[in-house]
Amino acid sequence: MRVRVNTPEREQHWTDLMERSLQGDTAAYRQLLVLLTVALRRSLQSRLSATGMDPEDVVQEVLMALHLKRATWVSGTPVGPWVTAIARNKIADAFRRRGRRPEVSIDSVLETLPADTTDRDEQAHDLERALERLNERQREVVRGMSIEGRSAQEVGARLRMSEGAVRVALHRSLKLLAAAFRAVGT
Amino acid sequence: MKTEDLIRVLADNGSRPVTPIAQTLSKALALGTALSAVFLLVDPPRSDLAEALLTVRFDLKLAVSLLLAGASAMLLVETARPVPARHPRWTLLLPLLLLAGSIVFELVTTPSNTWATRLTGHNAFHCVSQIPLLSLPLLTCLLIALRGGASLRPALTGMTAGLSSAAIAASLYALTCRDDSPLFVAVWYSMAAAIVGGVSACIGARLLRW
Repeated sequence: MRVRVNTPEREQHWTDLMERSLQGDTAAYRQLLVLLTVALRRSLQSRLSATGMDPEDVVQEVLMALHLKRATWVSGTPVGPWVTAIARNKIADAFRRRGRRPEVSIDSVLETLPADTTDRDEQAHDLERALERLNERQREVVRGMSIEGRSAQEVGARLRMSEGAVRVALHRSLKLLAAAFRAVGT
Repeated sequence: MKTEDLIRVLADNGSRPVTPIAQTLSKALALGTALSAVFLLVDPPRSDLAEALLTVRFDLKLAVSLLLAGASAMLLVETARPVPARHPRWTLLLPLLLLAGSIVFELVTTPSNTWATRLTGHNAFHCVSQIPLLSLPLLTCLLIALRGGASLRPALTGMTAGLSSAAIAASLYALTCRDDSPLFVAVWYSMAAAIVGGVSACIGARLLRW
């Protein structure tokens, strides 16, 4: 499977966003994640419809992997192949865990049709189950930070932690979540 | 949790600076080498090191292990990423060719009745046991650093980490070892490297999944 980014301009746009993201531009990173989510959803919707697997679970797992493995992208190289490689690996994992053969076909392509801006209420289950495996504080930190407009300071105030401690806890929790995902999806 | 919420969490966490994996691995390599080099305090370099450095055999011995260390370290960085950039695997041929050349040199320049003693050397067991022990700090540092990687072939990455560790360990060990014959190196140093590589492949297969 290829995350074909359709046009060189779009590939360049994604790559630019990635560069800026790694320099700490949170807005650019969020924009990139949204674009990737749309592209992944489209590709997975058709691929997984016959399997009964919830594509949103896989989308979320791929997003987490892309996030946690940012250090393996080489600045100056196109971001499309990197995303594809990670997505394929995670999809194969997801297949394997559900007892399916992990081949991810090469011919299928990520369609980047004009961005689908309809608000989708995508509630996935694996992430919820993975969250249950964290301890209460870790769960609170993740949920707290996921709410629109909440800052690390506010979350910290509510949980009686410093802003720095919240950030550290969030980072650790994300790694644990990724591992929990693997166990939960079986 | 909805995906848009997850994205919010990831975006916020994404403001943390990210160290490229190549840098992380370089630091791990440096730290591991320093830790392994502490061994030289316990088992000091041979007293005739200055003279040995002037001999071809000793220099070849050192060159082979250093070349292997360099080539495998380069390969290691590549395997830690999901998208390989280049394929510097041909660089692995260099130490092998050099070793083969050294063996030919040895066979040609020494009488055949000395080959067996040159091969068995003074203390082969010491060599085969010390190099893996020396590799441990290095391998540990590397494997920890590799956990942040995204290897598509965890066993291969593990093996390459083992090879790098063994090659550096062998270079350190070479400073203390009095057996300079390429025949000795080809048999016993290789055996030590193979042991480390095999074990680290198994560890990598498990530890480096993501």
